[in-house]
Amino acid sequence: MLAESVWILTLVSLVLLSGVFLFVIANSGDKQEYSGVQKKWYAIRSIWLVFLFVLGAVVTYATLLPFPIPDQTAAAGADTTVVKVVGHQWYWEIDDTEYATGETVEFHVTSGDVNHGFAIYNGEDRLLTQTQAMPDYVNKVRYTFDRPGTYKVLCLEYCGLAHHAMLAELTVQ
Amino acid sequence: MPDSISRDEVETRVSLMGVKAYLLTSLLVFALMMFAGVVLRAAQGAYIQIPPDLFYQIMTLHGAGMVGTAGFAGAAVLWYFLRQYVRLSGKVLWLNYFSFMAGVALILAAILIGKFAGAWTFLYPLPAHSMGQWTVAAAAMFMIGLLLIGTGFLLLYLDIGIALMKKYGSLGNALGLPVMFGLKPVDPSHPTTVVAATMVLIVNFTGIAAGAVVLVLCLFNLWNPEYRLDPLLIKNLIYFFGHVFINATIYSGVTAVYELLPRYTGRPWNVSKPFYYAWGAATLMVLAVYPHHLMMDFAMPPWTLVMGQILSYLSGIPVLAITAYGALTIVYRSGIRWDVASACMLVAMFGWAGGVIPAVIDGTLTVNKVMHNTMWVPGHFHFYLLLGLLPMVIGVCYYLSNNKENGGKPWVDTAALAAYFVGAMGLILVFLASGADSVPRRWAEHFESWRFLGQLSAIAGGLTLGGFLAITLRNLIKLPKAKIA
Repeated sequence: MLAESVWILTLVSLVLLSGVFLFVIANSGDKQEYSGVQKKWYAIRSIWLVFLFVLGAVVTYATLLPFPIPDQTAAAGADTTVVKVVGHQWYWEIDDTEYATGETVEFHVTSGDVNHGFAIYNGEDRLLTQTQAMPDYVNKVRYTFDRPGTYKVLCLEYCGLAHHAMLAELTVQ
Repeated sequence: MPDSISRDEVETRVSLMGVKAYLLTSLLVFALMMFAGVVLRAAQGAYIQIPPDLFYQIMTLHGAGMVGTAGFAGAAVLWYFLRQYVRLSGKVLWLNYFSFMAGVALILAAILIGKFAGAWTFLYPLPAHSMGQWTVAAAAMFMIGLLLIGTGFLLLYLDIGIALMKKYGSLGNALGLPVMFGLKPVDPSHPTTVVAATMVLIVNFTGIAAGAVVLVLCLFNLWNPEYRLDPLLIKNLIYFFGHVFINATIYSGVTAVYELLPRYTGRPWNVSKPFYYAWGAATLMVLAVYPHHLMMDFAMPPWTLVMGQILSYLSGIPVLAITAYGALTIVYRSGIRWDVASACMLVAMFGWAGGVIPAVIDGTLTVNKVMHNTMWVPGHFHFYLLLGLLPMVIGVCYYLSNNKENGGKPWVDTAALAAYFVGAMGLILVFLASGADSVPRRWAEHFESWRFLGQLSAIAGGLTLGGFLAITLRNLIKLPKAKIA
């Protein structure tokens, strides 16, 4: 899953970063003329900068095309079920909570009072997707339920006293 | 002119007392807020039981207290080093001190007496919709407290701005714009601290001004609910203000790294073209990157979210390629004199560069869908603050109350710093692991399967707090007596 990959990538990057710092600390004692150090390490910095720019450009292209958020102005396709969701302190009002396996659902999410966070979790309590539930605005989020089972809707935007208890269930047959 | 000399002397003493007061107050408040943080994680781990209303009050206190004090401590570090180059007013420094304290008193009253628990972000329209937990008066008291703190900071920045313009003619000159555009050659004697201070002034003045506007609008709404605001516009303003303010803390604190590493290594940290470009770019990016906080607000124009992602990536570059890299270069084979202060400067660079990694990754729209408002978010900003900003502040405290002259026990300091570092690293890693495990942030009660992570976090937080208490105690004893110039 994406979250695990991100976690591993972060850990590996932190280990590499720690390695660089430890290398410098281990080599901080012997005094060397600064201009020589600057010449050598600034040359490496130029390569490092180019690497960062190229990496950023590739990741930007790869992650933004296709655009990961559904077109908010377009009408849902014929093969997509539209479900209205309204967040309230502290419950979810969801038009329809039962879907078929493989069904693509477009949730039209808003709020009746304060900001909430509409988040869909699977049976293993893993976050699958989310959007904000905001008064006066409708956010459209689409999800295809590939597996049958019971899913949870949790609130991910702090909304007051019973924020953590704002749960709902979705059933996929 | 003995009179003017003596006036200068008085002004200097008042100013330096002010710096000490800022630093010591910050250490004390940080310690209290860390204790609050450990309580929150212990409650999430079911080590202790506290009712949700109290949990969210403590959460609001922890957030507001940490963010405000980070700004306060960062300002002290920046002010101390900047006064070497420009004439700053000790009176304005103290004015900000007292307006900060008055704001803190109002915020404490709002939370502890008025039971306000709208989070430090006071996201509209939650402050007016407590469902009976707090009153409109409590919400107003909280916001007026923030407004008072913001006003004090604005005055401090005005004084800094006037001083910079008097000395350098314009903020553009102080930031190095003529060099960036090739109109002037690089002048190596132009202080790095002046460049950093100008950037902080530009971004934070703008950010705090936006914060003041949104606070006034929300205050109108509190008393006149029929005066409705646009929730998305207000959210934009709040995150703009919050993002800029918390970022400015570390950009202020980094002046300690620029100033102290050369003193410990005997190598200069001079301005250069890449340095100017990095700080010029950081000025624009800190102002423009905030939409990465709104990636799950799909009603935002798509281009703003794309900009949020691209600028999130780019904003890591000045830190990773200029400041952290520059610090490593200056230390490498330098024969550096290691003590707590110099060690703190390198830890701070590690913390800042390390915090960039989870932040940049979460700035990816696709990743944000499964990480936004999970524990990943506090994971990355605790990285910046615990291991980036705080080591800068701690290092300055130790530097000012020099170990040798002040009769310290180096092994006690080393042990305290080690406990703090190990605890903080553990706390951060557990936050990030919790985020990867989809654990939501800002929840008073966790599912049973998530509680173990809360328990680990409470233990690591306890170790961090223990180390920090030793550091605080040592500085409470030594710093007031320290002779600083």
